[in-house]
Amino acid sequence: MIGLILPAADFVAPKIEYTELMPMLVVFGAACVGVITEAFLPRALRHAAQLAITVVAIVVAGVLTGLLINDNKELIAAQGAISVDGPALFTWLILLALTLISVLLFAERSLDGGLSAFASQAAAVPGSEAEREGTAARIEHTEIFPLTLFAVGGMMLFASANDLLVLFVALEVFSLPLYLLCGLARRRRLISQEAAMKYFLLGAFASAFLLFGIALLYGYAGTMSLGGIADALAQDTGAESILLAGTGLIGVGLLFKVGAVPFHSWTPDVYQGAPTPVTGFMAACTKIAAFIGLMRVFYVALGGSRWDWAPMMWVVAILTMVVGSIVAITQTDVKRMLAYSSIAHAGFLLTAFVGLAQAGSGVSNGITSTQAVLFYLVAYGFSTIGAFAVVTLVRDAGGEATHLSRWAGLGKKSPLLAGIFAFFLLSFAGIPLTAGFTGKWAVFSAAWTGGAWPLVVVAVLSSLVAAFFYVRVIVLMFFSDLPTDAPDVALPGWQTTTAVALGLAATVILGLVPGPVLELAARAGEFIR
Amino acid sequence: MSHELTWLLVAIPAVSAAILLLGGKATNAWGHLLGTAASLASFVCGVLLFVQMQGLHGEERSETVRLFEWFTVGSVKVDFTLLIDPLSILFVLLITGVGSLIHIYSIGYMEHDARRRRFFAYLNLFIAAMLLLVLAADYLLVFVGWEGVGLASYLLIGFWQHKNSAAVAAKKAFVVNRVGDIGLSLAVMSMWALFGSSAFTTVNSGAESMSSTWATLVGLMLLLAACGKSAQVPLQSWLLDAMEGPTPVSALIHAATMVTAGVYLVVRSHAIFEQSEAASTAVVIVGTVTALAGAIIGTAKDDIKKALAGSTMSQIGYMMLAAGLGPAGYVFAIFHLITHGFFKANMFLGAGSVMHGMNDDVNMRHYGALRTSMKVTFATFAFGYLAILGIPPFAGFFSKDKIIEAAFADNIVIGLCALLGAGITAFYMTRVMLMTFFGKKRWDDDVHPHESPKVMTIPLIILAALSLGGGALYFAGHWIEHWLEPVVGKHEEHHLPLPAIVMTLITLAVVAIGLLIAVLKYRRDIPREAPAGSPLTVLARRDLYGDALNEAVLMRPGQYLTRTLVWLDNRGVDGLVNGLAALFGGLSGRLRRFQTGFVRSYALSMVFGAAFVVVALLAVRLS
Repeated sequence: MIGLILPAADFVAPKIEYTELMPMLVVFGAACVGVITEAFLPRALRHAAQLAITVVAIVVAGVLTGLLINDNKELIAAQGAISVDGPALFTWLILLALTLISVLLFAERSLDGGLSAFASQAAAVPGSEAEREGTAARIEHTEIFPLTLFAVGGMMLFASANDLLVLFVALEVFSLPLYLLCGLARRRRLISQEAAMKYFLLGAFASAFLLFGIALLYGYAGTMSLGGIADALAQDTGAESILLAGTGLIGVGLLFKVGAVPFHSWTPDVYQGAPTPVTGFMAACTKIAAFIGLMRVFYVALGGSRWDWAPMMWVVAILTMVVGSIVAITQTDVKRMLAYSSIAHAGFLLTAFVGLAQAGSGVSNGITSTQAVLFYLVAYGFSTIGAFAVVTLVRDAGGEATHLSRWAGLGKKSPLLAGIFAFFLLSFAGIPLTAGFTGKWAVFSAAWTGGAWPLVVVAVLSSLVAAFFYVRVIVLMFFSDLPTDAPDVALPGWQTTTAVALGLAATVILGLVPGPVLELAARAGEFIR
Repeated sequence: MSHELTWLLVAIPAVSAAILLLGGKATNAWGHLLGTAASLASFVCGVLLFVQMQGLHGEERSETVRLFEWFTVGSVKVDFTLLIDPLSILFVLLITGVGSLIHIYSIGYMEHDARRRRFFAYLNLFIAAMLLLVLAADYLLVFVGWEGVGLASYLLIGFWQHKNSAAVAAKKAFVVNRVGDIGLSLAVMSMWALFGSSAFTTVNSGAESMSSTWATLVGLMLLLAACGKSAQVPLQSWLLDAMEGPTPVSALIHAATMVTAGVYLVVRSHAIFEQSEAASTAVVIVGTVTALAGAIIGTAKDDIKKALAGSTMSQIGYMMLAAGLGPAGYVFAIFHLITHGFFKANMFLGAGSVMHGMNDDVNMRHYGALRTSMKVTFATFAFGYLAILGIPPFAGFFSKDKIIEAAFADNIVIGLCALLGAGITAFYMTRVMLMTFFGKKRWDDDVHPHESPKVMTIPLIILAALSLGGGALYFAGHWIEHWLEPVVGKHEEHHLPLPAIVMTLITLAVVAIGLLIAVLKYRRDIPREAPAGSPLTVLARRDLYGDALNEAVLMRPGQYLTRTLVWLDNRGVDGLVNGLAALFGGLSGRLRRFQTGFVRSYALSMVFGAAFVVVALLAVRLS
């Protein structure tokens, strides 16, 4: 966690601000406890114990974060490695809240004959005798809980990394558990394992770009710290081609995690293959962490050269919105459709990012880019987890029925479920009185005040295209006849019910009274250096 | 004056309507009694207020009662304020007085109707809305009452909605009234724009500083509203069809009260009309044209109610005419409005009584010689008949004579038209009288005319008495002139080209000529089937082609427009939309092919992406 390795001769104990870093420490500590629990506790007790440890850790970390926000904490901690500022704390809070909901979905066991969505033995060959035995013995991989804690801890660190090396470490800390989680589906294990493999290979590939970019920037500035790079930029040392190449390669690594075009190709395959609760967790939390990391690097370290990278980002934003919206039209699988939808949403977020409406820059007296992005991420995160939670409930003999044709007439079979899903879709489409509308309004107005009005025009047109495929699903659910072999709507346990209810409540409340959260996002202020 | 009495006026019938509508079948047994009691209670409140007002003088008689703040939007603030003044109290007495009589009459008339309770609920709703209309101290609140009476009118015209003709008539009244309502809402909005408020006080005091263009515009908007509600040309077409409603409704709403709301509106807005010669002239022209058109339509109708409806149009035309004449005419407009309320309600209820005895047949060609079998109805109807002809000392004589005088004083052409109208009125009313009560029996075989029960005849007798004595409002020392002075200003004496007595005699002579022509024409046997008639008769039977005109000018072009729009929508808009959808669908299908599922091609796309990013950065920098 300490980014700098000092010569042994004059070793000085690093100063660590334990109070400010406590939320992260609680999460990582609980993850370690989880690993130990896995080793020593009897199998029968593990599920309950792991769930309890995870939930308690997340709640405690959340409360601690809340206290820090309440104190308006703002400092660079751990010898310049971690910046605990408003946006970081806000991000921690939403990451913890969304993880809590995701963990509830992970713990759901009443949908598939008393078994969770995860494989009994990841090592067993799909379709083999060992797999059948494991299922019959009701074995579970309760490691998913500590893995989740490691992932969310890494995301928190990623969102607050003030040093490129810490950034890289955090990226790996949250990516590796995710690769594993993706491959753990109980049903359709081959596609799940394929997804994990693809994610791992492409993730490693992107990490290489990121690392090379970091090296180039170190070559340019002689330092890894974001503030130091900004200082070097201000002094203009002259090695511009190194700076630009470094900027570009770091951008590639971060945009990969965000899921921006042309680095998006992993998204549909992984979202489709991963166990649906994990997809929800990834779609919401990875996007949040990655986006905040992207903004921190480009605003804090590279803000001085923004006229160099802004045009490139414009093109990426436009490509992302357009490709995400258009390709989603012809998708036939709910999860793939939501994957392309998440790509389009990344594009909408990028408009605010490129809009660069910063409180300090004198551009804006309304909504700043940071505030808009934070709000959008909250709104999008809750709706996304809620939507994926609904997807887990539509099942037939082969597990989840994700092909869109299987959703025809669902509104007649279960009006409540279809109605809730329709509401999430309307929120994604940005229909007024939903969280999605307020979020879109916030990012578009930030982009507009930042002068990126052509982006806003493209974004609105893309939203129109996107509305088509969202509404198409609603039409399919409510205005088609129910086929005789329609899938069942499983009766959810309390875990999924709570998750859907929380997602729905947040989507409604943020649509009707967005004021408090917008206020909180505004209080988060800007990134510090 | 008492504040409580003022708001109780409106509240009592409103609450009663709510009880009857929400109470459902539980109130069936006594619903009609509650409705009548509510109307009577309102009348008592009105009388008490009127008595209190007698103790005050001049401006003191106007009092605003602010009940609560209705709403505030930006700088526009609207209070729920009632205004009780000499003008509104006259309306209150007319509405609640005649209204109560008609409630009582309806107890008998609707006795065998399964939905009598609902009928009384609607009548109460009407009374409440109409009182709100005349008591409001703000044009926006007037608009609420205006729409309220429109609703009640719609519900009551279509009360027998099982008959297609009634449902269609209700819809027609509703649609035509919307046209007028647009005028009123535009006027209210203009007032907000001009004065920042639509309260009477603000508008009246601000009117003087209006530009004449705005005064004309607002005046014409108000006139449009008045035309819709009062069935004046060109929005007259709904009133004749509105006779599909039960007869008490025709008497109360479509003769005595609601249709006169337009006259009230014009008189109430006198401050605006006085600023614009053009708008006032437009009112006079509309009134004159309608007075003649209504009278002509009345001459050819065989349906007794439609003949009376044409007469109503015509008489309201007279009131409009008077209201357009300015200070010289306001008093007479209101005066005629009140006397007309008496005698026309009287005649409509009389017609209802006849229908009651004739198995609900409305065709006068099936009547005849009813004077012997329905003595009370005949006698009371005769009072109304003499009143509308303007035979002294009946009420109509005083009010109509004054309007004709004022018209002559203003303009000789208008005067002649008004005089001609009086002659035609005498003709068609005599025709109705002869066809119904005189001549030979032309009844259907199974009809046995009989006098109506007391509950129906007593209101007739009271209204007949008022038709006779209503003129006292004027001849008792020009009482109504002085009474209305605080509201409409001092009455201007007009300068007649001839002495007043000569004018009166000429008028009476014209009336006598009309009467004689009718007697000569309808003394003979009347065929049970209507003869083909002269082109003029056909013209009048067809309502002067009013409906045909509406169809040709509005309905057909409207249908063409909608058809064209549907066509454009199907071909143009849908084509464009479908084309776009196909375009994006195709594009989506192409882009999808890049998603091969092979990690190697994904990695390659990332390499290209990275190359693009770096090249783009360098290109921006180096350019």
